[in-house]
Amino acid sequence: MTIVVVMEQVPDVAEELAIAPSGTDLDRDAISYVVNEYDEHALEEALLLAETSGDEVVAIGIDATGELDQALYTALAKGAQRAIKLTGDFEGTWLSTRTAARLLAPVIEELAPRLVLVGVQAPDDLDGQLAPTLAALLGWPHASVVVGSELVNGMVRVRKELWGGITMLLELALPAVLGIQAARQAPRYVPVSRVRQVMREASIEVRDVEVTSDLAPVPVRLRFPEETGQAELLTGSASEIADRLIELLRARGLL
Amino acid sequence: MDPKQQKVAEVWERETAIVEGVDISGPWNRMFGQRVIWDYTPNLIEEIAQLPGGESFAWCYQCGKCVPVCPVDLVGDYGPRKLYRRAQTGISLLDSPDLWLCTTCANCLRVCPKQVDMIQIMPAAREQALLTGRPVPAELQEALENTAKYGNPLGQPARKREAWVKDAGIPVPILHQIQRPVEWLWWVECYPSYHPRGIDASIALARIFHALGLDFAILGREEKCAGDSQRLAGERGLFEMLAEENIRTLSKYTFQHIVVTDPHALNAFRKHYPKLGGQYDVWHYTTLLARELPKLQPLLTKPLPYRVTFHDPCYLGRHNGEYDAPRQLIQALPGIEFVEMLRCRENSYCCGGGGGGMWLDSFAAGHQRRRLSEERVLEAVSTGADTLVVCCPYEVSRFEDAAKSTGVEGRLRVRDIAELLAEAMGLIGEGAA
Amino acid sequence: MAQRIVVLVEHLYGEPTDVTFELLGLARRIADSDGAIVEAVLLGEGVRHLAETLPAERVILVEHPALRYLAPEATAITVTGLLRTDAPRLALLPNTSLGMDVAAWVASALDWPLVAYCQALERREGQLVATAQLFGGKILADVAVGTSPTVISVLAGAFAAAALEPAAPGTIEVREPPAELAALRTHAASLERPAAADVDITRAEKIVAVGRGIESKDNLELAEELAQALGAVVAASRPLVDAGWLPRSRQVGKSGLKVKPKLYLALGISGAPEHLEGMKDAELIIAINKDPKAPIFGVADYGAVADLFDVVEALLERLGG
Ligand SMILES: Cc1cc2nc3c(=O)[nH]c(=O)nc-3n(C[C@H](O)[C@H](O)[C@H](O)COP(=O)(O)OP(=O)(O)OC[C@H]3O[C@@H](n4cnc5c(N)ncnc54)[C@H](O)[C@@H]3O)c2cc1C
Ligand code: SF4
Ligand code: SF4
Repeated sequence: MTIVVVMEQVPDVAEELAIAPSGTDLDRDAISYVVNEYDEHALEEALLLAETSGDEVVAIGIDATGELDQALYTALAKGAQRAIKLTGDFEGTWLSTRTAARLLAPVIEELAPRLVLVGVQAPDDLDGQLAPTLAALLGWPHASVVVGSELVNGMVRVRKELWGGITMLLELALPAVLGIQAARQAPRYVPVSRVRQVMREASIEVRDVEVTSDLAPVPVRLRFPEETGQAELLTGSASEIADRLIELLRARGLL
Repeated sequence: MDPKQQKVAEVWERETAIVEGVDISGPWNRMFGQRVIWDYTPNLIEEIAQLPGGESFAWCYQCGKCVPVCPVDLVGDYGPRKLYRRAQTGISLLDSPDLWLCTTCANCLRVCPKQVDMIQIMPAAREQALLTGRPVPAELQEALENTAKYGNPLGQPARKREAWVKDAGIPVPILHQIQRPVEWLWWVECYPSYHPRGIDASIALARIFHALGLDFAILGREEKCAGDSQRLAGERGLFEMLAEENIRTLSKYTFQHIVVTDPHALNAFRKHYPKLGGQYDVWHYTTLLARELPKLQPLLTKPLPYRVTFHDPCYLGRHNGEYDAPRQLIQALPGIEFVEMLRCRENSYCCGGGGGGMWLDSFAAGHQRRRLSEERVLEAVSTGADTLVVCCPYEVSRFEDAAKSTGVEGRLRVRDIAELLAEAMGLIGEGAA
Repeated sequence: MAQRIVVLVEHLYGEPTDVTFELLGLARRIADSDGAIVEAVLLGEGVRHLAETLPAERVILVEHPALRYLAPEATAITVTGLLRTDAPRLALLPNTSLGMDVAAWVASALDWPLVAYCQALERREGQLVATAQLFGGKILADVAVGTSPTVISVLAGAFAAAALEPAAPGTIEVREPPAELAALRTHAASLERPAAADVDITRAEKIVAVGRGIESKDNLELAEELAQALGAVVAASRPLVDAGWLPRSRQVGKSGLKVKPKLYLALGISGAPEHLEGMKDAELIIAINKDPKAPIFGVADYGAVADLFDVVEALLERLGG
């Protein structure tokens, strides 16, 4: 049986971001991409599930950057058995969540998995998160913000985080779609030598797909938030800052 | 009888023993009986020795010379002899915290009669641990992931690698901008490009190069970590990936020599890049500046009233044999009083940053009474020095931190040689141009 | 018929959550500008009594055991059915754990446009513009909301709550649960509260909050010392809790606790939107961060671009810690 994990590349928000002259997208030439951190958790959770259930883990992704191979080879090196890359006429564009879901759904259906795991969210999810969007298209039950999962008696038992430590426990019939917030353990490390070995030995299956029109909202304008000028900045050495802080707290009766 | 006891009885002393006509009866004659090790299996020693690079682990004959010179043993319980012994008694190196504590300082190799070579053993064993999915200390994992993702262990954007140049105050040519041949390609490395204290030294060095009229340029954003410490931490694949990319980048430009800030980069270029097709004439900056002393000396005009001592970086000294150049430079500084620490030159202590130690700080601290860097700054203070001079980019931050944590902060300053030279040249500090 | 603006009522342990009133407040303001009516969609089991507390012209009530905890599948199916028949101009859902699972599902099932992570919704030159917070809060996207029905999932804490008293008591309209609820593939929903927490950070007057900038578990001691010296308790951003350095009960933010202390001292916290959600209502926010561009400074009253370790040490010296 199969567990599908969707691996997405997203702009690295640790880097400085630039807005394209059009104002409607990031400057895609000036950004670097990383695997969505929640997708790394989804992969880890899938591998942990498969370690006990013996399922085959298939990593699939849409190559919107031309750089997805590395992510997929890494997934293979970590223990995924197959990797599938969807390519098409969308390199360098901002794919809406819904477009992505529409590209992925037929491939997932064909793989007939019992679970689809995706990261709970991505930094560019303007039109919502992938897990519920995919679930609606596939007609499968779903839950996201999942922090624990277990396959039992042909169901998946999941723990969904609400807030303040409150969690919701759910049992979903299979197949199901999960949006993973955090795997049970930190995503594993895979040495580059293993990835390189996999690059020589394994291959990524490539499918050409086509984008049909979509209904995602078109951003009329991207902008940077107002300069975060609200805070009054205390300057000087650490000692001077500490003096000012103590003064402030005293003045407000907090000390 | 318990079979073990049976064996004891077999090798136990004989009441009378006459060897070649000499009567050696007595309790000590058991040494002539056949000695069999029956309690232990050699499996865990073999586990390491069968790895390419791990062979010499099995050669240890437990003489114990390595232990007193091991910097980790001084603050903990370590040394090749002990690792061998532990493997004998059933502790697998691959599963033990010991795996991550060696800094590959090479002091044990210097004294070992059997050439048990931790510099080969450690990366091999660590790579095996990584490949077999054993857990990696989180700090190290992050540094490795950062290096794979960003080309530097700090996780800083590649584009920012040349950002320090803006503050250099003099032109620092960057090859992708100037597109012309240069005599010296300056390999700046990660900490000197990103770490604030590393940048201080880079700016000082840039001004010295400029003042000497050296024809140099840097790679800037195209440079990636040389990768030596990642290799020693067990990530050979990552090292090879970085090396291949760096070699490709270097092949785009024309230069005669490479000058490096970082002894770890020196080690990588000298010993490991050639195997991957990268042959270069590589110099540490202290070696280059020592050669330039005739030109440099007249520029050292400002007396520096400091009492200084010098820490030999493992990867400059023991690993690459350069002990003199830094000392020549220090002694050229006007007004300086230079004192050696007891552990210096070939027997220098280790700052703890090598072999991946730079990214195992909390982990190592959890297994040691004191950090190696802390041990070292206390030794520096004990010489009466007010300044600890270094020339490896790991060290400024490590020692400054250690000075803080040992409470000698006010008494000991940590300066890169380049900073002292630039200061004596009036290029930095008060009154700098 | 007047256009409708529909708000999904989120509730937990029998009480509407804060974000519900924020959404109703937002709906009210838009409705006032264009004469629409505000409808609250209240799903659940045994929640009828909540209907009277909701400031809306009309409350649509659907009750069914499967809706008790607002589990994703049942809620998404029910909301989809309601929206399909009513075709409101706007459907406002919270971008919370519960709402997130519904908004994208519903929009996708109905093929309606969706704007997620909405932090502002206002009329500009006669057109509704929704502003979404993307890329870790570093970029805002202004999206023109068309005239066709649109789903908007709204960040909790972004809008002022509506007054609790309905202006005029709304009408309650009870609807039948959809037939699909009999054949759900989600079972056995239940809620679990965290194990008794050692410290209740939601009641603390002063909080010293630490983030990834604290670097290691050992350094938490410093924060603890400072907290003691200030008479505060230590809370944290999520990564520290994930790493197991502190219990969940100390986590501030979207998936942690919402706090409103008199003092919130944020050390080495970048101020991701998920974190801000939990603390931006604190009376006095002071942030220490090395990065002058850290978004935390956007909500802080006072900030210092500095190394937190230096500042904490200096503070401890002065407080005799
Ligand atoms: C569904 C969901 C729910 C979430 N819920 C929560 C939640 O409840 N609470 C929460 O906090 N997060 C939550 N997150 C995670 C959130 O997105 C951020 O990842 C997280 O808040 C970041 O934590 P941080 O600020 O500590 O770390 P970082 O973003 O890594 O920031 C560390 C900061 O420390 C600064 N720094 C580093 N060193 C120093 C130093 N020496 N001195 C001063 N400053 C320094 C850096 O400049 C940086 O700004 C959630 C995410 C999702 C998707
Ligand atoms: S010096 Fe060499 S032979 Fe002697 S104990 Fe150490 S490792 Fe073994
Ligand atoms: S290389 Fe250095 S740290 Fe490692 S065992 Fe030898 S002496 Fe000790």
